[in-house]
Amino acid sequence: MYRYDEFDAKMVRERAEQFRYQVERRIKGELTEDEFKPLRLKNGLYLQLHSYMLRIAVPYGTLAARQMRQLAFIARKYDRGYGHFTTRTNMQFHWPRLKDVPDILHHLADVEMHCIQTSGNCVRNVTADHFAGAAADELEDPRPISEIFRQWSSFHPEFNYLPRKFKIAVSATKEDRAAVKWHDIGIEIIKNDAGETGYRVFVGGGMGRTPYVALEIGHFVSKTDILAYIEAILRVYNEYGRRDNIHKARVKILVHQLGADEFRRQVEVEFAEIKKKGTLQLPPEELKRIEAYFAPPAFEDLPDTSPEFDAAVKADKDFANWAKTNLTPHRARGYAIATISLKNIGMTTGDISADQMDGVAQIMDDFGFAEVRVSHEQNLVFPHVRRRDLPAVFARLKALDLGTANAGLITDIICCPGLDYCDLANARSIPISMAIQKRFADLERQHDLGEIKIKMSGCINACGHHHAGHIGILGVDKKGVEFYQIQLGGSGAEDASVGEIMGPGFGKDEIVDAIERVVETYVKLREPGERLLDTYRRVGMTPFKNMVYREQMHAAY
Amino acid sequence: MAAPVPQMLTANRLIDGEVLYWRDGNWVSDFARGDVYDDPKAADAALEAAKAFMRDNIVVAAYLFDVRRAAGGIEPVKEREIIRAAGPSNRTDTGKQAGMGPQEPRDVPPIQL
Amino acid sequence: MPLIKDGKFVQDRFLFIPDGQAFPDDGGVMVTFDRFQSECATLLAHHRPVAVRLASSQNPEVLKDELANIDAIALEFPIFRDGRAFSWARMLRERYAYKGEIRAVGHFLYDQLAFMMRVGFDAFDVRQDFRIEEFDRAMREMTYVYQPSTDGRKTVMQIRREE
Repeated sequence: MYRYDEFDAKMVRERAEQFRYQVERRIKGELTEDEFKPLRLKNGLYLQLHSYMLRIAVPYGTLAARQMRQLAFIARKYDRGYGHFTTRTNMQFHWPRLKDVPDILHHLADVEMHCIQTSGNCVRNVTADHFAGAAADELEDPRPISEIFRQWSSFHPEFNYLPRKFKIAVSATKEDRAAVKWHDIGIEIIKNDAGETGYRVFVGGGMGRTPYVALEIGHFVSKTDILAYIEAILRVYNEYGRRDNIHKARVKILVHQLGADEFRRQVEVEFAEIKKKGTLQLPPEELKRIEAYFAPPAFEDLPDTSPEFDAAVKADKDFANWAKTNLTPHRARGYAIATISLKNIGMTTGDISADQMDGVAQIMDDFGFAEVRVSHEQNLVFPHVRRRDLPAVFARLKALDLGTANAGLITDIICCPGLDYCDLANARSIPISMAIQKRFADLERQHDLGEIKIKMSGCINACGHHHAGHIGILGVDKKGVEFYQIQLGGSGAEDASVGEIMGPGFGKDEIVDAIERVVETYVKLREPGERLLDTYRRVGMTPFKNMVYREQMHAAY
Repeated sequence: MAAPVPQMLTANRLIDGEVLYWRDGNWVSDFARGDVYDDPKAADAALEAAKAFMRDNIVVAAYLFDVRRAAGGIEPVKEREIIRAAGPSNRTDTGKQAGMGPQEPRDVPPIQL
Repeated sequence: MPLIKDGKFVQDRFLFIPDGQAFPDDGGVMVTFDRFQSECATLLAHHRPVAVRLASSQNPEVLKDELANIDAIALEFPIFRDGRAFSWARMLRERYAYKGEIRAVGHFLYDQLAFMMRVGFDAFDVRQDFRIEEFDRAMREMTYVYQPSTDGRKTVMQIRREE
């Protein structure tokens, strides 16, 4: 993974001191709250329902063991002993004090971490496929270019006061695990007909009040040109993105209003100039230099199958279940990618305790894992595990309460913190996701239901990505009472689609039953091999709607 | 004409984010000890007085919110304020409900870097 | 309003003359774009320093044919969050090779000064109580830069390659 040199290290230190000065000026009143707010947001600091919340960047979802340990240290020293992984693979702490944040930033700098631009109207954390470097279907590791984007965007003098936030994601596989089409800029690493590797650039995806899937703007942009191209996109957005209405200020509005062709034309005008200037051309040696940091570990020459693994599957039902759902094929023979679910039944999705963080770090040290990944689905991933080590790794995870065998199943819910924590929320999301998990806890039933991605947000800002859920749930405020709307048919994969709203919402005592009826409809109508998403796409909303609201119609009488 | 809805006043302390409630010209952390205003004029006057604390950079985001009288005492009308007064409903071991306000950083040994 | 240029307080060469008000007999004047457009001939005939003030929504390309005659361009920040002028300043310097003064006016923060210098601003209309030490401090907060900009400062990538 990337290691800071003296320049990166100095940047994060100076940034911490810069923030300390901003805090001092705020306390003295030299900055008003209106002036201070965007400045603290650019250091990831929100004021939430109960307290401040600090969002720490986890660039392209990659963490080293000592970084995980430092997060545990910060959780214990400055917070309440736990943290939360988000849908942008960042870490959030819910209870820091403003006066301690500059010190926290220094502790983060100690392990090459920061909170730079994790919020605010600027370019945010760049995310990538959480199986990067390990997946069998990958063209190349998407993280080196993500690191280059991170550096290019950090403290960018022209793009720190954009109309609104800007999110970039990178994928290098046909199967999109980074939801690139839901981002302001989504990058797909591809090969053109001449066999050259380059980038397909999508612009204008986003969630929120007006969800959009991104449009292709750059059909094939070369590696040398990509920074100039991205800069051109940002410039057009900075100049012409709407600033009159916060709900219409994302680049998705501009792209869809101008249309892909006109937006592309404007980008190409800027691009031509920037390219002519030459200062943003990416030298191949620089890309190679960064790629070297992401070289995979030396894989042992191992057989495909492992007797330890096979024996454990026979002997241990828990391990067998876990192996069924939480493992993904690895490009190296004899290895596997292991997903660590942070979705225990009845646990807050994406939360992790300081003890669990330390436990994960210890497993990494004991098994020689240089990295752990965070996925936008709020789970962790060990990317390179020898198959023969899987039983032992699982045993350690299980002892930490991190052995839930539900990756990709209905209880693997994505959920924002919601009204339990968030100042923006309209309804609680965590208790609903817990209740849904409990309702569907039976593992056999979960396996029968197959892949069902439930995504839940406590408000229209959609941090839970509900528009991209096979089943999406949106919490709303109906006359001061928490209410929940269901959407169906969303997808965050390469077949990106916006979920369709089913109809009137449900109270918190009705929503779990409603979800149950959605699932029952799927079971009733499915054809062999169909996931819920596939059945929905085949039969449409009507059968689901009829089944779900039928009970209500009866109740009305 | 319906009786005006009783209100209370809340804000966050700037330096640590602690949720505070207005009481008698100053702030307390405990919702149960906050002043209740049945008279909208009195509520507005309290908000005006509270703004001085915002100007002095002691608190931020002061606002009035609706409460009602119930069997157990005063309670907020909106779920948001109920949660704000108590703490997160999924973690009853933390927040005001667990007697936790913001605290000094704990004495925790640093990790080996 | 105090004006900073080259890291120190300087006299303002321009007097802002609102639309409709008569110009003084001599001295530099700053006018809105509308006025510059409608009274361009008069202004330039007078051989006085001329500055044009643009709103944040105005693309400076509207001045591109007259830049040789404009001594300074003031780019407005109606509110500090409106960051369009960062792109406008870069455009003036890089696309149009504008060599005159680019001045930041309106509501902006100490915290934006370093970025402004990087994109081509060289003059700053600051608050009454602004202390010059603040300007120095702002310039020194971050030692290195990651990305190339108008200021031509060496990026970290370039430094690394030299080593």
